[in-house]
Amino acid sequence: MAIVPKSNDVMTETQPLNIAAIAKDVLFTAILAFLILGPILGLKTFAITGSLALEQRWGMVSVFVAIVAGGRLAYHLLVWNKPQAKPARAISMPTLPVMSFGKYIIPVVLLVAIFLPFLPGVDRRIVDLAILILTYIMLGWGLNIVVGLAGLLDLGYVAFYAVGAYAYALLATIYLPAWFGDGIVPWAFFITLPIAGILAALWGVILGFPVLRLRGDYLAIVTLAFGEIVRVVLINWSDFTGGPAGIGGIPRPSFFGLPFTDGEGGFAAFFGLDFKPIHRIIFLYYVILVLALFTNFVTMRLRRLPVGRAWEALREDEIACRSLGINTTSTKLTAFAIGAMFAGFAGSFFATRQGFVSPESFVFLESFIILAIVVLGGLGSQIGVVIAAIVIIGSFEVFRELNFLKAVMPAGFDPVQYRMLAVGAALVLIMRWKPRGFVTRREPSVILKEKKAIPTDLVAEGHG
Amino acid sequence: MEYFLQQLINGITLGSIYGLIAIGYTMVYGIIGMINFAHGDVFMVGGFVSLIAIVALGITGGSGFFPIILALVLVVFIAMIIASAYNWTVERVAYRPLRGSFRLAPLISAIGMSIVLQEFVRIAQDGRPKPLQPIVTGGYEIMSRAAAQGEFIVRLSNMQIFIIITTLILMAIFTAIITRTSLGRAQRSCEQDMKMASLLGIDINKTISITFIMGAALAAVAGLMFFLYYGVTDFYVGFLAGIKAFTAAVLGGIGSIPGAMIGGLIIGLIEVFWSAYFSIEYKDVAAFAMLAAVLIFLPQGILGKPEIEKV
Repeated sequence: MAIVPKSNDVMTETQPLNIAAIAKDVLFTAILAFLILGPILGLKTFAITGSLALEQRWGMVSVFVAIVAGGRLAYHLLVWNKPQAKPARAISMPTLPVMSFGKYIIPVVLLVAIFLPFLPGVDRRIVDLAILILTYIMLGWGLNIVVGLAGLLDLGYVAFYAVGAYAYALLATIYLPAWFGDGIVPWAFFITLPIAGILAALWGVILGFPVLRLRGDYLAIVTLAFGEIVRVVLINWSDFTGGPAGIGGIPRPSFFGLPFTDGEGGFAAFFGLDFKPIHRIIFLYYVILVLALFTNFVTMRLRRLPVGRAWEALREDEIACRSLGINTTSTKLTAFAIGAMFAGFAGSFFATRQGFVSPESFVFLESFIILAIVVLGGLGSQIGVVIAAIVIIGSFEVFRELNFLKAVMPAGFDPVQYRMLAVGAALVLIMRWKPRGFVTRREPSVILKEKKAIPTDLVAEGHG
Repeated sequence: MEYFLQQLINGITLGSIYGLIAIGYTMVYGIIGMINFAHGDVFMVGGFVSLIAIVALGITGGSGFFPIILALVLVVFIAMIIASAYNWTVERVAYRPLRGSFRLAPLISAIGMSIVLQEFVRIAQDGRPKPLQPIVTGGYEIMSRAAAQGEFIVRLSNMQIFIIITTLILMAIFTAIITRTSLGRAQRSCEQDMKMASLLGIDINKTISITFIMGAALAAVAGLMFFLYYGVTDFYVGFLAGIKAFTAAVLGGIGSIPGAMIGGLIIGLIEVFWSAYFSIEYKDVAAFAMLAAVLIFLPQGILGKPEIEKV
């Protein structure tokens, strides 16, 4: 129970407004907004033959400056003159009910996920979006092992995703047909999936080994550099990877040997159904659903094994871990390897879904979105990842639906252009509002006598 | 030999630019212990503002020596003010509320801010690269090789002289501020022990804000020079330049200002020599591999103090 100091009851009256101070602050805000927006927004450069010219847009700048200054003034008048009742921070160990909402939500979400393609009103676009979200959920769960459980900050996770995608693309288009003949192609996905996972895990160990001694921000920046190295190599090693053009014509998955084609020998003919292109999409949906649930299942199980407990111990205190005889080298490497393996699976799925891979898909931004999903969900929280993935990936799609804004705004306004800007700004704001993510309590991995949830304030975020 | 000399000149020029950006990283990391991911983008904004100012002032290569110098001083001044306003605001909006919060929060917020700046510039100025005719032209031929051994002329352009001299002047001013003024003393004390510094009456928030402003001003100059040197800029240049400059800061020893400059020179030289003798495609890989190697084998950097871990 938080103890609320009594003094708050006395201070409920509004304080008198200090007009001079407010005016000064609003003026300062306006000047700052003008400095920031003025040159970049107000003077647009455009190319004329052999040189550049400027287009002046001061009207737009003045509107934005007025909005910023007005917002600041409104804040002064409406929010900041009220006394802020700050509850005292109580460092007690509250006995929270164990994930009470999760208990009921999880089965419902799972049921919806299983029957989604057959629900009324669900068309191809929604299933496609669901596939995308599930891919990110799977990546989020994979990264959660590295960041959430083992406390190792990895900004180059997309490298393993790329390894999986390229492994499938190369094996399915070139190597498997060359080694075993064309008959193998319908089975390529199922044969390559484990290979891609193993390759990605191997790369996880290769990249993990040199960075064992690094911690915190240094680890983050080195993993970022590794991710970029992988991408630069993919772009430049044209003989092997196809260079910037990527690899196309990747075989689509078949229903365990039955291709999704019209006519004799196809999936529809075999089961006596009418041929519809959506069958393939629905099959892909179930493939990624099974892969994602597998990731979740393995993670939940690993948490209870000695290696999982070692990960969490490592996150809490590395020195204590060593003194208790935990081999930190192998603990860190298994975290990297298993996290990378799931990214490899997801990458292979990505390649088969797209039918095309190129280095464009594996930029740093992608790694950052996955990390943002994990942090936004609440480190280590499996359900949090689901919520955050739906929010982030869903909000990308929402921008496509904002076409009505085109009618209101000046010509040439395209809401899709603004989605990364909005996501960047949203991340900054969410970090201010909920730095610990959406789900801020965790179930302990090991319990003594009774089950209690732990508020995440009491969970270390790791040093690595 | 001639080829080597030419690459040395190019490397020192590029390294000076990286060094100036690296100072912003090293000071911020030294004081508040976080990577200011948006710093590379502040550098990019500095370059863009310079571009806009140059076009607005109508400077071209044929304006004559003194008008160009005067105009460039004005442009540098404008770019410094605007970039400082950006970095100050970034610190206030995205970092200060998260100081002392959960460790990953400022990192996410910093990368979010970096995306915001990139996307803002991309939307406001459209995504195409912006080329500009060279303004500082001409140069000197230092050495030449006869046609018999394959003709090669070593050139030192006026632009390179301008970059190296500006960097030296800024470094001198900056070192004087850090070592001789009360502001510099406040910054050094915050770096050593922030809590103790605040107990002794140093305004921590103000010191950190000024640190961000100083870093941004140097990054803006670097942005102008980078843009003039390559003759083109776009909204994405800040990302790579930022990582390389951070590498330079780590290599020199994080928190050490001469270290940042030395690190910048080393990174610039590595990049240029790698491009010249091995492959230009993999020059970024060389810089990134250098970063990994330094962090693994020399985590405290060349001039940094080793970090002692206390239980």
